[in-house]
Amino acid sequence: MARPSPNRDTAPPVQRLRLRYAKRGRLRFSSHRDFQRALERALRRADVPMAYSAGFSPHPKVSYANSAPTGVASEAEYVELGVAQRCDPVEVCRALDEALPPGLDVVEVVEARTSDFANRLEASVWRVELPQVSLTDAAAAISTLLAADEVLVERMTKSGLRTFNARGAVIRAEASCAPDDSDCAILTLVVRHGTPSVRPDDILSALRRVADLVPPKPSRVTRLAQGPLDESGTVVMDPLAQDRASETGPR
Amino acid sequence: MTSPTLATSRHARGASVFDQLEELLPSVSKPIQYVGGEVNAVSKDWDAVEVRWALMYPDAYEVGAPNQGVQILYEVINERDDALAERTYAVWPDLEALMREAGVPQFTVDAHRAVGDFDLLGVSFSTELGYTNLLTALDLAGVPLQASDRDTSHPVVIAGGHAAFNPEPLADFIDAAVLGDGEEAVLLITDIVRDWKREGEPGGREELLLRLARTGSIYVPAFYEVSYLPDGRIQRIAPTRTDVPWRVRKHTLMDLDEWAYPKNPLVPLAETVHERMSVEIFRGCTRGCRFCQAGMITRPVRERSITGIAEIVENGLAKTGYEEVGLLSLSSADHSEIADVARNLADRYEHSKTSLSLPSTRVDAFNVDLANELSRNGRRSGLTFAPEGGSERMRKVINKQVTEEDLIRTVTTAYAGGWRQVKLYFMCGLPTETDEDVLQIAELAREVIRAGREASGRRDIRCTVSIGGFVPKPHTPFQWAAQLDHEATDERLRKLRDAIRADREYGKSIGLRYHDGKPGIVEGLLSRGDRRVGAVILRAWQDGARFDGWSEHFSFDRWMGSAASALAELPVDVDWFTTRERDRTEVLPWDHLDSGLDIEWLWDDWQDALAELPVDDCRWTPCYDCGVCDQMDTEIQIGPTGVVNLPMPSVRASSVLERAEG
Repeated sequence: MARPSPNRDTAPPVQRLRLRYAKRGRLRFSSHRDFQRALERALRRADVPMAYSAGFSPHPKVSYANSAPTGVASEAEYVELGVAQRCDPVEVCRALDEALPPGLDVVEVVEARTSDFANRLEASVWRVELPQVSLTDAAAAISTLLAADEVLVERMTKSGLRTFNARGAVIRAEASCAPDDSDCAILTLVVRHGTPSVRPDDILSALRRVADLVPPKPSRVTRLAQGPLDESGTVVMDPLAQDRASETGPR
Repeated sequence: MTSPTLATSRHARGASVFDQLEELLPSVSKPIQYVGGEVNAVSKDWDAVEVRWALMYPDAYEVGAPNQGVQILYEVINERDDALAERTYAVWPDLEALMREAGVPQFTVDAHRAVGDFDLLGVSFSTELGYTNLLTALDLAGVPLQASDRDTSHPVVIAGGHAAFNPEPLADFIDAAVLGDGEEAVLLITDIVRDWKREGEPGGREELLLRLARTGSIYVPAFYEVSYLPDGRIQRIAPTRTDVPWRVRKHTLMDLDEWAYPKNPLVPLAETVHERMSVEIFRGCTRGCRFCQAGMITRPVRERSITGIAEIVENGLAKTGYEEVGLLSLSSADHSEIADVARNLADRYEHSKTSLSLPSTRVDAFNVDLANELSRNGRRSGLTFAPEGGSERMRKVINKQVTEEDLIRTVTTAYAGGWRQVKLYFMCGLPTETDEDVLQIAELAREVIRAGREASGRRDIRCTVSIGGFVPKPHTPFQWAAQLDHEATDERLRKLRDAIRADREYGKSIGLRYHDGKPGIVEGLLSRGDRRVGAVILRAWQDGARFDGWSEHFSFDRWMGSAASALAELPVDVDWFTTRERDRTEVLPWDHLDSGLDIEWLWDDWQDALAELPVDDCRWTPCYDCGVCDQMDTEIQIGPTGVVNLPMPSVRASSVLERAEG
C-alpha cells in the first residue's frame, strides 16, 4: 500500500508582502494566537495564493512581528506574507480586510523591497487612557518617573517572575487630558523595544511604584505606531517607508 | 457563595451591556471568549423583530461555540425577518464573581444584550453535567430560578438536546422542553410566541405555555403532576388539564437535503475544541447498540445525499477558510455512499491543503480503507475503533456485533497501511459485567499489539485503551439496568491496569486511559432522576457546583452532601436512582415523553440483552418494529442516489493576483 508522502510543492515565494493592520474595539481582546488563526483563515477566504512550508503539515509562509499584548488595541501591527504568485498589494489589502472580522482591519499592504524588517521595529508609541485620573496627578507621576534614573518593576513572564528597569526603555512620556472627558488622563509614551520588552502595563507599574498612581478603573491602551527611531532618537518613523511604492492602498 | 438575584434594571431592554462588561475583561482569563465578533455572526436590530431568542450552550465558549445544534438553530431563526437569535455561554467562575460584584447580567456574545431581555432562552443540553451552569446563567440574568416565580417580563426557558429526553430533574427550572430535532421546533415556537405577542399577550405566561403544550410536541412540566408510592417509586404522571396531551412526542426532521445548514458556519476567534468545519452526513443510527442513547432517540436514519454533502463542504470552506472538514454523524462509515463521498471529496481537495476527517469508530477493514483515502497526503498517526465490550459475551449483551477476529483483522490492516497508533474505546460497568469481562480488554490489547508488530514489522506501534464508565440512559433498553457503583468500577479498572502493567512483552506498548467512577454516579443520578432530583441540583449549585463536566471543578462530595440533605425526608437516595435495577411495571420518570420507541420492544430488547441475543440493523434487514417509524410517521431515508462522480468544483480566479502588464 502506498505510504503517504509529505508536501514537496515548496517553491520559494515569488513575492513578499508586508501588511499593516489594526486591532480595534472589542477585538483588542484577541491574543496573538487568535490573530494568527484568524489571518490564516482569512487568507484562504480571500484566495491569497500563499507559499507553503515543506513537510507533512505545511504552513502558509507568514512572519509575525512584535505583536501587541492581549487586551491592547493597536493601529500599527505588522505581518509579512510569502506568496506563490505575484499579487496586487492593493487588491490583497481590500480582499483581506473584507475577509477579516471588523476590528481586525488591514490598513495597508506594500510589496517588500528590503530585508531585515523586524529589526526596523525599534520603538512604539503608546496611548494610555486612564479614566477617573486627573491630568494633574498623571502629569506629576510622569515627571517623577522621568526624573528617576531607574525604576525596577516585576512581571510574570514565560521564564518566571522577572525584575527589570522600566524607566530605561522610556524615550518620551507626556500627559494630557481627553478632549471629551476632563476626568480622563491620557499618557503618550514612546518606548524602546528590547528584552524583556517593556510594555505599557510595566510603565503603569512603574508609575504606581514611584508616584503611587493607582488608576481606579482599568486603563485602555492603544499602540499608535511602531517603527525605526529618527536621527534624534525620539521620533518613531514609518517602517514601511523604504518599501512603499506607488501601488500602496491607503484607507 | 452566590449573592441574591442581581438587579438588572439599569439598562434599556435590548441595550448592549458591553461597556460594563469591558471593564471586567482585562482581569479575566481568555477574554476573547466573551467578545463575540466571529466570522459569519449576526447582530440584528432589536426593534425590527417580534420574537427574540437567546440560545445557550451551557458550557464554556470553547466547547459551546463549535456546537452544531446551536449554530443551526441560530441560523434558522436569524433567517426569519420577524425574529432574531443571539448566543450565550457559561461564564467561568472568575468572570462570574466580577459580574456579581459589578452587577453585570448574563449576556449574549453577539450584541452583548442581557439574556433576561429576550422572549425565549433556548438551552441545548448534550450532557446532564451542564445543569448547574443553567442555574448560574438564570441567576446572573436576573431570571427567577423557579419557573413558577416567573412572569411575562422573563424569558420562556426551553431545554433541548439529548439530555432533554428526560428533563424531569430540571422540571422546576425550565418552562418547557423540546424532544428531538430542533429546526422545525424553533420555527413553530417562534410562530406561537409571535402570534401571542401580536394579540397583546392574552392570558399572560400561562396562556403562552398552554399554547406551546397543546401542540403535543412541546413539553411543559408545569401542566403535569407526578404522584409517588410510599416506597418512593412513581405512581402516576398525569396532565393537570384536559387540554394538554398525556404524552409529548419528539420532533423528527425529514429530508436533510432540504435543510442544508449551517450555510454560514461561525468561525470563532478564540481557540475551541473543534477547529474545523463540520457537515452532518446523516442523522440517526440503527446499529442498535443497547447502551447508546443517541442511537435510540434519533431514529430513523436520514442521510444527506452525496451531492448535498459536497455542496455544504464547498460553501462552508469558502465561507470559513477552515483547513479541516469533519464528516459527522453517529457512525459515519455507515453512510450508504460513504466510499464515493470520501473518494470524491479527497479528489476535490487533494491539492488545497484541506484535510478531511471521518470520526468513525467502526471495527472493520472498510473503515481503514476510508481513513486511508482521506489521509492520502497526511500523516497517518492514529485510528480509533470502538469494540466497547472487552469480551465476546459482553459485546453480545450490548449488541456490538464485532468478533475478536474482526478487530484483529481491522487493526492489522491499519498497522500494515502505515498507521502507527490504534486507539480502542471500551466501557466498564455494563449490565451483567464481571471482572473477567473487563480483564479481557487486556487480552485484546495484547493481541492487537502482537498482530500489529507482525503486520508492520516494527516494534514502535502503540495501542491506547480508553475506558468510559457506563451510565444507563433513558429511552434505551438499559434504562431498567442497575448502574455499577463507583467503588466496584474503580476496583475493576485497577485490576485491568495491573494486568496490563504486568505484561512484559506487550505492556509498554499499551496505554490505558480512564477516569474514576464518581462523576458517572452524578451523571447517572441526573440522567435517570425524577423531579425530586431538582432539589439536589439546586442544593449543589447553591453550594458552588459549576462546570461539573470539568474534573478540576467537579466535586463528588459536594453532590453527595447535597443529595443527602435534599433527599433526607424522602424514601429515595442516590443509590436508589443509580445502582437499583427497575422492573417492567415501574413507572419511569420519562414514560410520558415519547421518543417513538415502543416500550414493549425496549423491554424485549433488554431481555434479549440478558440472553445475549443480537438484533440486526434495520437499514439492511427487515424491520423489527422498534416503533419509531410507525409512531412518528417517519421512514428510513438512505441512498443509493445513483450519483457516483461529482464534477470538480469550478475554480474561481483569485481577485488578488497581479494583472498582466499592458
